[in-house]
Amino acid sequence: MRISVQDAPFDLGQESTTFASGRRDMGAIVTFTGVVRDLSDDPMEAMEIEHYPGMTEKALSEMASQAQARFSLGDVLIIHRYGRLVPGEMIMMVATAARHRKDAFEAAAFLMDYLKSRAPFWKREISASGKAWVASTEEDEAALSRW
Amino acid sequence: MDVLYFAWVRERIGLPREQIETSAVTVADLVAELRAREERYAAAFEDTSALRVALDQELADFDAPLAGVREVAFFPPMTGG
Repeated sequence: MRISVQDAPFDLGQESTTFASGRRDMGAIVTFTGVVRDLSDDPMEAMEIEHYPGMTEKALSEMASQAQARFSLGDVLIIHRYGRLVPGEMIMMVATAARHRKDAFEAAAFLMDYLKSRAPFWKREISASGKAWVASTEEDEAALSRW
Repeated sequence: MDVLYFAWVRERIGLPREQIETSAVTVADLVAELRAREERYAAAFEDTSALRVALDQELADFDAPLAGVREVAFFPPMTGG
């Protein structure tokens, strides 16, 4: 298991290759990557991500352990950035390794649902009209009930 | 104990963290104490249903006891991922 909370960008190709390499017993690797998107009428200049140092790492490790206990996983990787990011930049990635694809896909979805509303990160969008905290959504909370 | 604030809670109160001497028994008691301090605290804690709390870096409820707790953090619902 590897958890990294960092302000620096990460190399998706290198991280994925390293994670997927040398596993003779794992037939399925799933990766998910989150990208800063700008869908609003008020063009976003940047996104600032604040987090709770200490709790963030603990919460992500706890989620990864839960995913390992719940699904038949060989390994888990979570990288999540904080600080100032511009649209198009990668915010985070998760990777899961399992013997079979069902566990790898489900564990990745489980981790994403928990990361959305149980990892102590707060996003703020910066545009020409000012700064606005991103509100949590009912959908994000409801997504946890399926687990 | 150390009390930490994040995101708009930090902005409303104007501090990221402070040390508080309190005899509050539960989180709700501590919130009531803070609210009574000054308008900026009253504004930040106006609606606790819009807030989350962590005790020693674990999510908790507002009726949770504070005995033995060293670090309390207040923040809005999280928006990770």
